[in-house]
Amino acid sequence: MGTFIIRRTALMLLTALSLTFIVFVMTNLQPNLEKLAKTQGNFRMSEAEVSSYLRDRGFDRPVTLKYGEWLGIVPSYLIEGRDGETRSRCSAHGVIKSNTPRYCGIIQGYWGQSWVFKEPVADVIAKRLSATGVLMFWVFLVMVPSALFLGVLAGMKEGSRLDRTLSTGAIATTATPEYVSGVVFIALLASSKFGLSPLFNSLGWSDKRILFKGSATSAAKEMPADYDVYWLPDFLEGFWWKVAEAPTLENFMLPVLTIALYGMGYIARMTRASMAEVMTSQYIRTARLKGVNFRNIVIKHALRNALIAPFTVIMLQIPWLLTGVVIVETLFNFKGLGFALVQAAGNNDIDLLLAVSVVSVIVVLMTQLISDIGYVFLNPRISMS
Amino acid sequence: MEALTWTGNVGGLLNPILGISLVFLLVAIMLQLISGLFIPSARGFDADGRHIKHPFTAKINLAVWISFCVLIGVSSLYLVVGVIFGLEGGGIIGGISKQLTPVWLTLFLIFGSSVAFKRKLGLYGKLFDSPVGMIGLGLILFWVLVAIFGGMFDMIVTHNELSQVSGMKNKLPGTPMRGADGADFQYFLLGGDGLARDVFSRAVKGSAIVIVVAPLATLFAFMVGITLGIPAGYYSDPILKFGNSAFLIACILGALFIGLVTFLGAALDIVILLILMVALILWLLVKSSLDTVLSFLANLILAFPVILLFFLLVTPEIVKTGLPNYMALILFFFPVIFLAVLLNSKYHTRPDVHLWVVGGVTVLSMWVYLSMISEPDTAIHILPIPLDFISMPPEILVVFVSVVFVNSPTVFRIVRGLTLDIKSRDYVAAAQTRGERGWYIMLWEILPNVRGPLIVDFCLRIGYTTILLGTLGFFGLGLESESPDWGTTINAGRRLLSVAPIPALVPAIALMSLVLGLNLLADGLREESLRD
Repeated sequence: MGTFIIRRTALMLLTALSLTFIVFVMTNLQPNLEKLAKTQGNFRMSEAEVSSYLRDRGFDRPVTLKYGEWLGIVPSYLIEGRDGETRSRCSAHGVIKSNTPRYCGIIQGYWGQSWVFKEPVADVIAKRLSATGVLMFWVFLVMVPSALFLGVLAGMKEGSRLDRTLSTGAIATTATPEYVSGVVFIALLASSKFGLSPLFNSLGWSDKRILFKGSATSAAKEMPADYDVYWLPDFLEGFWWKVAEAPTLENFMLPVLTIALYGMGYIARMTRASMAEVMTSQYIRTARLKGVNFRNIVIKHALRNALIAPFTVIMLQIPWLLTGVVIVETLFNFKGLGFALVQAAGNNDIDLLLAVSVVSVIVVLMTQLISDIGYVFLNPRISMS
Repeated sequence: MEALTWTGNVGGLLNPILGISLVFLLVAIMLQLISGLFIPSARGFDADGRHIKHPFTAKINLAVWISFCVLIGVSSLYLVVGVIFGLEGGGIIGGISKQLTPVWLTLFLIFGSSVAFKRKLGLYGKLFDSPVGMIGLGLILFWVLVAIFGGMFDMIVTHNELSQVSGMKNKLPGTPMRGADGADFQYFLLGGDGLARDVFSRAVKGSAIVIVVAPLATLFAFMVGITLGIPAGYYSDPILKFGNSAFLIACILGALFIGLVTFLGAALDIVILLILMVALILWLLVKSSLDTVLSFLANLILAFPVILLFFLLVTPEIVKTGLPNYMALILFFFPVIFLAVLLNSKYHTRPDVHLWVVGGVTVLSMWVYLSMISEPDTAIHILPIPLDFISMPPEILVVFVSVVFVNSPTVFRIVRGLTLDIKSRDYVAAAQTRGERGWYIMLWEILPNVRGPLIVDFCLRIGYTTILLGTLGFFGLGLESESPDWGTTINAGRRLLSVAPIPALVPAIALMSLVLGLNLLADGLREESLRD
């Protein structure tokens, strides 16, 4: 097990290095740098001004050197610009100060400066990642139990009408990408003119103008200073605010449902397949012949073995949800990591884009590792050696 | 002129029937599902060995069946009335149905003839035994026909998909067109969008883009995946040895690649890195296996979040560097290799036709290949214009290439896994004993035997590609903002979603129905191919 984990970690590091290098090269292509210069300086810069802007900030040097700086194994540039100021990467491409270090890369824990948000990348990532984490938490809370329940329900009597109905439903949800279901949900539930909201309002079932909000911006708002939960210790209050207080049914229902729906169909189908396979196995037949009733067979005998395979599927589903998160955060205006990715990519914000790709690569590779290790732990038939 | 209603005159009669049958159907289905949990599926067997159903189950099944038939009958009545009486009789739905008349007729012909001859049509015919597969096929055929008639022959569309009509901005479905003269279609059937264009015509025109790009891109991804995946699964030993001819060829190819990159003006540090990379790959091919190298590369691409890849690849700045053209140069070459190797391995034992078949097909496919990658005013302009018969707009090329690039590694993994499973079979061993060459075994023994799962995955993957195309459009990447394709239209419509949802809903539901059709077809094919 030890060598397995070491080998996997080494492979992960190699993959992460290759990926970030590719991202680095692509963001440092000449047209991208020119775009960066023009959006940061001004749009009417002449070509000579663009090239001097880039040279003053060390962008016109070889890409491997810049990558080394980003990693923190090469000392940062010190370039005296045409305006007489000396700049460095370590002072966020600005004028150096007396305490500016020589090395500043991710090894030293410095992630660079975001051009779009005018903040250190580490701060942006921390803030956005926690917002997206809350979103994912609720998505999983909705998606996993319902997917497992529906999958088990469909798989326990393979070929029954319930099975066929649920399977077709699962196919339908996997055929509905987030940008379709999100649009349908907003039109149906979050519009004061169309769909169910005006209907419910006129029937007197709901006194709200719209049933749910089409924007999740308020789910990520700052904690007010006087916020106090009497039964919680003070250091947990910020956490409680983020996870449970700011996201309400009204502003978080639709985004969570939109992501959960797309992922749910796939997990449910895998659970169904696994459950159906277990239900045909010898020991289930033995239990039935012994006269154990059907409910006990399902709950006590079949369920535990049937849930091994879906665990892997759920873990591997996380990278797939990343795209959905970006779509939903854009559609519902939720300021999370996906929203940051869209803005970073739109403005060629190199350091932020690299940090987002590091985060997503770590998520992808870690989920693969966890699903492999977890599979071995959960499945007693695979030995640990 | 008054605005149209959804169902027109016929609605007064049919709407109540439709509503009642719908409620009946829903109640019956709920009862059926709930009763299925408590009532055992069989009470025993009759004299012929058939299940005896519980009387309640039998009754409920009958109720579901009848209300379903009524529902389908009434729904198709709307369409039939629409085809005959048009706007006056059938309202908006009738008008759309009349516009779609050629599609209905062709669909009817194809289904009729397929059902009549289904026993002679192999796997395709068997599809007509499974209701799920039939619904899926129907949905796909519908969109294919809409794309052919509407996109190619301009038959279904009512207005130009780009023309803006003043006063039609965000108008509701069925609004009469303002300032229409005698030659114009008098209504905007599904209303106007935020730029006062006809929503219905845009959705029809948009289908043509999706229907052309999605299957073709998937086909190319399959060519790449198969050409790389089968050898990766088949050869588990090192494929190169120091000094043998394959090693020399690999060295020359590597040197050519580096030379080309240097010639195109890469910086010195990049060239040194590439030399190291090529040396590492060669070393791995000698010491380890092809599988190690290719699997690492595939996993590398798969570890990229799709959305990040799109944002990096499909921007105007990257298009300016010509990177998509170079990627097309590599990716589009795989079908040429595939065809050449496929035919060569089959015909190399027949010297009389060998040269003609292999040479002819290779020359032809090279010509198609060159005219696909060569475009005037881009990085690659090899073929003179008179010979260049395929002109691919640069923005379509970018979208195409990035979708192929994203899909290929997954196909590679599937093909590789299937090959690993199949290669220990007896017929492969028999072919090896006969002395067949590697490529013959891979392409004529293994490939035909994995076609079942591959066909199913092909259908699913076209659906996934459609979703990817929509994602690109949703983020405004690739195609220009006035393009009628569904993703871009959803993106344009989502800004005013709570005020005017129709312009975004129409392409959203169109896209969903196409993907649903593909998924259902895949499910039907899987079931039917498992049956025998």
